[in-house]
Amino acid sequence: MLKQVEGSISTAEAIGLCRPEVICAYPITPQTHIVEGLGRMVRTGEVKNCEFINVESEFGALSACIGSSAAGARTYTATSSQGLLFMAEAVYNASGMGLPIVMTLGTRAIGAPINIWNDHSDAMSMRDAGWLQMFAETNQESVDLHIQAFRLAEAVSMPIMVCVDGFILTHAVERVDVPTQAEVDAFLPPYDPVQVVDPKEPISIGAMVGPDAFTEVKYLQNYKLDLALKLIPELAREFKKKFDRDSGGLLRTYRTEDADMVVVAMGSVNGTIKDVIDEMRADGFSIGLVTLVSYRPFPAEELRKALSGCKQTVVVDRSFAIGMGGQLAADVDHALRNVDRAPQALSVIAGLGGRPVSRASLRGIFRKAKTEPWEGMHFLDLNQKIVATEVEHMSSKRRSGPIAENLLRRVSVAPVAE
Amino acid sequence: MPQHPFAITLDVGSSLANQTGSWRNERPVYVDRLPPCNNACPAGENIQGWLFHAETGDYETAWRVLTQNNPLPSCMGRVCYHPCESKCNRADVDSAVGINSVERFLGDEAIKRGWKFEAPKSESGKRVLIVGAGPSGLSAAYHLRLLGHQVVLQDAGPKAGGMMRFGIPKYRLPREVLDAEIQRIVDIGVELKLNAKVDNIQETMKAGKFDAAFLAVGAHIGKRAYIPAGEAAKIVDAVSVLRSMEGEEKPLLGRKVVVYGGGNTALDVARTAKRLGASESIIVYRRTRAKMPAHDFEVEEALEEGIMMKWLSTIKRMDEGKLTIEKMELDKTGFPQPTGVFETLEADSVVLALGQDVDLGLLNGVPGLTIKDGVVEVGPNMMTGANGIFAGGDMVPSERTVTVAVGHGKKAARHIDAWLRGKTYTPAEKHEIASFDKLNTWYYTDAPGTVRPVLDTVRRQSTFDEVVSGLDETNALYEARRCLSCGNCFECDNCYGVCPDNAVIKLGPGNRFRFNYDYCKGCGVCAKECPCGAIAMVPEEI
Amino acid sequence: MNDATKEMEPTQKLKFYQKGTFTVGNRLVSEADRTVQASIDRSNAITCGHRGCQGCGEALGARYVVDAAMRATNNNLIVVNATGCLEVFTTPYPETSWQVAWVHSLFGNAAAVGTGVAAAMRVKGRSEVRILAQGGDGGSTDIGFGCLSGMFERNDDVLYVCYDNEGYMNTGVQRSSATPPAARTATTDAVGDEPGNVFGTGKSVPKIAMAHGIPYVAIASVADLHDLERKVTKAMGFHGARYIHVQVPCPLGWGSASHDTIRLARLAVESGVFPIFEAEYGVITGSRKIRNRVPVVEYLKLQKRYAHLFKNGDAPRLERLQKLADRNIAEFNLLAHEGNV
Repeated sequence: MLKQVEGSISTAEAIGLCRPEVICAYPITPQTHIVEGLGRMVRTGEVKNCEFINVESEFGALSACIGSSAAGARTYTATSSQGLLFMAEAVYNASGMGLPIVMTLGTRAIGAPINIWNDHSDAMSMRDAGWLQMFAETNQESVDLHIQAFRLAEAVSMPIMVCVDGFILTHAVERVDVPTQAEVDAFLPPYDPVQVVDPKEPISIGAMVGPDAFTEVKYLQNYKLDLALKLIPELAREFKKKFDRDSGGLLRTYRTEDADMVVVAMGSVNGTIKDVIDEMRADGFSIGLVTLVSYRPFPAEELRKALSGCKQTVVVDRSFAIGMGGQLAADVDHALRNVDRAPQALSVIAGLGGRPVSRASLRGIFRKAKTEPWEGMHFLDLNQKIVATEVEHMSSKRRSGPIAENLLRRVSVAPVAE
Repeated sequence: MPQHPFAITLDVGSSLANQTGSWRNERPVYVDRLPPCNNACPAGENIQGWLFHAETGDYETAWRVLTQNNPLPSCMGRVCYHPCESKCNRADVDSAVGINSVERFLGDEAIKRGWKFEAPKSESGKRVLIVGAGPSGLSAAYHLRLLGHQVVLQDAGPKAGGMMRFGIPKYRLPREVLDAEIQRIVDIGVELKLNAKVDNIQETMKAGKFDAAFLAVGAHIGKRAYIPAGEAAKIVDAVSVLRSMEGEEKPLLGRKVVVYGGGNTALDVARTAKRLGASESIIVYRRTRAKMPAHDFEVEEALEEGIMMKWLSTIKRMDEGKLTIEKMELDKTGFPQPTGVFETLEADSVVLALGQDVDLGLLNGVPGLTIKDGVVEVGPNMMTGANGIFAGGDMVPSERTVTVAVGHGKKAARHIDAWLRGKTYTPAEKHEIASFDKLNTWYYTDAPGTVRPVLDTVRRQSTFDEVVSGLDETNALYEARRCLSCGNCFECDNCYGVCPDNAVIKLGPGNRFRFNYDYCKGCGVCAKECPCGAIAMVPEEI
Repeated sequence: MNDATKEMEPTQKLKFYQKGTFTVGNRLVSEADRTVQASIDRSNAITCGHRGCQGCGEALGARYVVDAAMRATNNNLIVVNATGCLEVFTTPYPETSWQVAWVHSLFGNAAAVGTGVAAAMRVKGRSEVRILAQGGDGGSTDIGFGCLSGMFERNDDVLYVCYDNEGYMNTGVQRSSATPPAARTATTDAVGDEPGNVFGTGKSVPKIAMAHGIPYVAIASVADLHDLERKVTKAMGFHGARYIHVQVPCPLGWGSASHDTIRLARLAVESGVFPIFEAEYGVITGSRKIRNRVPVVEYLKLQKRYAHLFKNGDAPRLERLQKLADRNIAEFNLLAHEGNV
C-alpha cells in the first residue's frame, strides 16, 4: 500500500510483516523511531506472537538476540553509532555462531566529538565482523531490503545489517509502498534454523575452538558469505517478480554504459549523485553511477564488470579510516587490483557527521577529478581556512586546547560553505 | 550442513574421548580398614559388619553376620564388658555407640523369632572332644561343628553354661536366655554330655576315639585367704555362693553380709546378697575405688542398689556377728600399707571373692603339657604342649571374661580344624586400624538440640548403664544407625557425588563403587570426603 | 525486613538420620528422598574427560547445579554459559562435556542470552523449557553485571547461577570484585605495604539481587549438597528472575591442595566467611546455621593466597578478616539456636 510515511515507520512496518518472534532494543538516535514503532505494533497486536524486550544496553540487546536466535526464534534488533560499538563483541559473536539475526543500522557518525548525524562510520566499523551488510538508497529500499534480509540471513544462517542512513532516511517522510502480509508471507517462509539449542536434542553451541579448527570455522563463515553473493541477485530477481520493484541485489548501475567516469557510492547519497549525473550528462559530461547495495559480501566481480569500460572511478565514501582513507575506496581499489587497463580510482570523503552533500559540491569534485591532478582522498567541502588556522594554532603553543571546541569557535565566525 | 553444529558448522564429539586419568600422580583405592571396635572385641566380632545390616532393619542378616563369630549374642549382650565401646570412634564425636545393647537386641530378637543356625553342609569325619560347656567350650563346639566335625561337649556340671550359669547372677543373665542360646548350638548336632567330669583327658580321648580335644574347664575353685575366725564365724567363697544360687537351696548369708575383694565377682555376690534379702551388703577392699579391678559401671550400679563399700580396709579377724577391720593407706607406689587403726563391722557372714583357681586334675600325666601359675600354657594356635590337645578360656593365661572365652573357643576351633586337616590356620592379616583421624565425621549427624533430650533418655535405656531393660526395635535401630562404619564403606555415595570428574562408578546397592581410572585425575577429594575412611590414596606408578 | 533468624528448612526429614545425613546419599532413605547426585541415573550434565583442574570446585558445583536443575525440570533445560573456566574446560575442540542443551556466547552476556532464550521459548509456547544461565564471579559480578541486573530488573524467567571462585582463574588468577580482602592474586601481589587484595567495601551480588526484589535469591556451597540441590529445586519452582551464588573453591587460584576443595568450602561456611542464606522477593527467609564454628584462620591457613598473612604474622589483618566473618555471623544470624526458633 502506497503511503506518505516516515522512513522509520515504514521500515518498522516491513519488519513487523516479517513476523519477528523476538525483538530486543536499546534506544539510540536515530534508530529510535523504528523500535518505538515495533514496540507499539507488538503491544497493539499488529505484530503477533512476538516478544519485545527492552534491554539495559546494546550489548544486552544483541546478546539477548543471540540467545533467542540460538533457540530458534526469528530475531531482530536495531541500533546506531555508539550503540553498535557497544555491542561490538556480540556483533562478532553472532556471526561466529552463525545466527541469522537481522539488525537495522540507522547509520550515524561515531564520536568523539559526539555527533548524532548521519555518515557511515558505524557501519564501516563492523565491516569485518562477518555480517552481511546492505545499504538502502531509499526508504522504499529499506522496506524491501528488510524483507529480503530475513530470507537471506536465514538461508545462509548468518546475521545481516541493513544500513539505513540516519535522519536522511529514517526521519524522512516519503512515499513508500508497504506490502501486505500475504505478499510478505509468500516471499518469506517461517524460520527453519540449521542449529537450535533445544532440550529435545541437546547439543553444545558456542564451544571453544583451538588452532586445530579455527581456520576452518572461519573459512566456512566466509563460504557462507560467498553463498550469499550468489543468493542476493536471485532474491532480488524473485522479489522483483513478486513485488514488481527493483530492490536489493548486489549493486545497481545508472548511466554507466559508455561513461568515462563512474561514481561508486552507498546509501541515500546515491539519489543526489543521480541528479548530479543527469545534470552533468546534460552538459555532455560522460559520467555514470554504481550504487553498491551489498557491501558485505563485497561483489568484486560484479563491480569489475560495472567499471570495465570507464577511465576513471570516483568513490564517494561517507566515512574513512583515519590514517588510511575511504573504506569503500579501498575495497574498490582491491576489486580493481590486477585488472588490465583498470580505471584511475579516486577517493572522495563526503558528508561526515551529517554535513549536507550538495549537488554543487559533487559537480565540482567530479569536474576536478577529470581535470586536475588528484592525490589521496579528497574531503568534500573541507573548510581549509579553519583547518589551517587550527594547524597553526596547534604548532604555535603546546597547550593549544581541544580541537573540537577550537573549531566550533572558528566555524561560528567563518561559515562552512564558501 | 552437519547434523550437530560445533561452533558453527563442525561436528562435535563427547569429551569421553579425553582420558584425563593420565594426569594422575596418586590414585584412590577402596580399602577396608579395621574398625577399632572390631579390633577391640576379644571374640573377634565384625561389629561394624553386623551393625551395617541392623541399620536397615534387617536384623536377621545382622544376627547371622554377628553369629559368624559369636554364637551367644543374647548372653554377650548382657554380660560382655564391651571393650568395643571403649574404643568406639563415636566417643570422640559425642558418645560411643551402644554396641552391646544392639547385640543384646539382636540376640533376643533371634530367640523371639526362633532363628536357627544352619547345620554343616558336609561332615569331615573327625571327632573332637570339648571339655567344659562354658562360653569357651560352647563357642568352640559351635565353630567346630559348623566346620563339619563331630563334637562331643562334655561337662562336669548338671547344666551347660559354665561360669555364665554358675558365676553370673540371674539379674544380669536370665537363664532362659542362656538355655535358648545353648540349645541352638546343640541343635546343629553337638552332643552334650552333662554330669560327666573328665578325670583323665588322654583316657577319655582314647575311649571316645577323639582326634583332638579342646579343654575349657574354667576356673571354678574359689581362692581362700586365712582369716582368724571364731567357731561360729561363717566364711564362704564367692564361687560357691553364686553356684549355689543355681541349686535348690539358696545360700544363707544372713542379714549383714560382707564381701571381701574388689573384682567383678565381689560385686556380683554383693548384689546377689542384697537380692537375697540382706539389709546390708558391704564390700571390703584393701585399696581405693580407682584401684578396683571391677568395672566402674558395675561399681556404680552396685552403689545405686545400695551396696556399701569400705575402701582401704582389710579383714583381720572374724567372730560371730562381727569383723575386725584394719584401715590401710596407699604408699608412694600405690600399694596399701597397714595403719594399725582398727574398727569393727557387724557381719553375719563373709564371702571371699579373691579370685578363682582352675581344677587341672584331668591333665595329670599328659606328657608335654606345661602348667604355670595354675594355668595351662598354650601356643599361638591355642594348642598345649600335648599334640592335639588345645585349651582356652579361664584355664589359659589371659583375662578372664566371657568374651575372651568365646574368642578363645573360635580361635581354637579354627586351629583345631586346620590341625585336623593337616594344615596351618593363618589368620587374615589385620587391616590398618580406622583411627579417628582417618574419618571425616562432619558428615554424621549431630542430633539437634530439640531432639537430644529425647534421645538422651533413649540412650540411657539403650546402654548397659540401664541394668535391666533392653532396647525396643526403634531404639536399637537408632543406636545401630549411630555407627560411623569406621573404615568400611557404607554406601553413602559421597565419593560418587563429590568427584569433580564423574570418575566414580556406582555399582548399585550392596555392590559399593568402582573408580574409573580412565578419568580419575587423582585429586583426592573422594578420600578426604569419605566419612568413614574407606578410601586410601596411593602413589601412582609412573 | 530480615528473617535470617529462621533456620532454613531441613534438607532431609528423617526420623533416624544418624547415618550420613550430610553425605551425598543415604541408603537408609527412599530413592526419592536422596540427592540427585546419589542417583545412579543422574544426568552427569558435565561428563568425564573435561579439562578442569584436579579438585576443581567449579566442575563439581556446576554438575551439582545442572543435574539438580535437570531433575527439577524433567530434563527440559537449556543452559547458557558465560565465558570462563567452566566454558573452556568443558568444550575444548573437538569435544564437549555437556550432556544438556548448552550454548555459550560471551563473557559478559550470559544473563542476556538467557533472556533471549527464555523469550524464544515463550514465543514458541515451550513453557516446559526452563533456562539456566551460569558464569563465574568475573562474568557475573564484574563484566556481566549490567546484563545480570537487567535480567533481574525485567524479571526474566531465568535462573542465573554464579560459581564464585573469587577471581579470574581462567586468565591466570587475577582479582575480581569477588576476590576477598588480603587474598593474593596475580594483580594483587603479596608485596608492598598492603600485600594482597585491598580491604574494599565488598560487593554482595546476592544482596544486590535481593535489592531487585526478584522472586528468589540464595547462596549455596559445594560443601552442602543437600542445601544446594534444595535451592536449585526451589528456584525452579519460581518463575521470573532467580539468582543462586555458589562458592566453588579453586585449588589453582587459592593455592590449596586439590583434595581440600570441599573441606575449604565447608570451612568457609563454618567460619562465617561465606554466609549461606536465601531470600524471596527481597526478604531473607532463612540462613543456614553454622554446625561447628571454626576460627577464620582455620580456613585461611590452608590457602597459599593468604600465606603472607601467616609468614609475617599479620595479626591486625587476620583480626580484620575474623571481624568480617563475625559481621556475617551477626548479620545473617548464623549461630544455631541462640535466642531464636
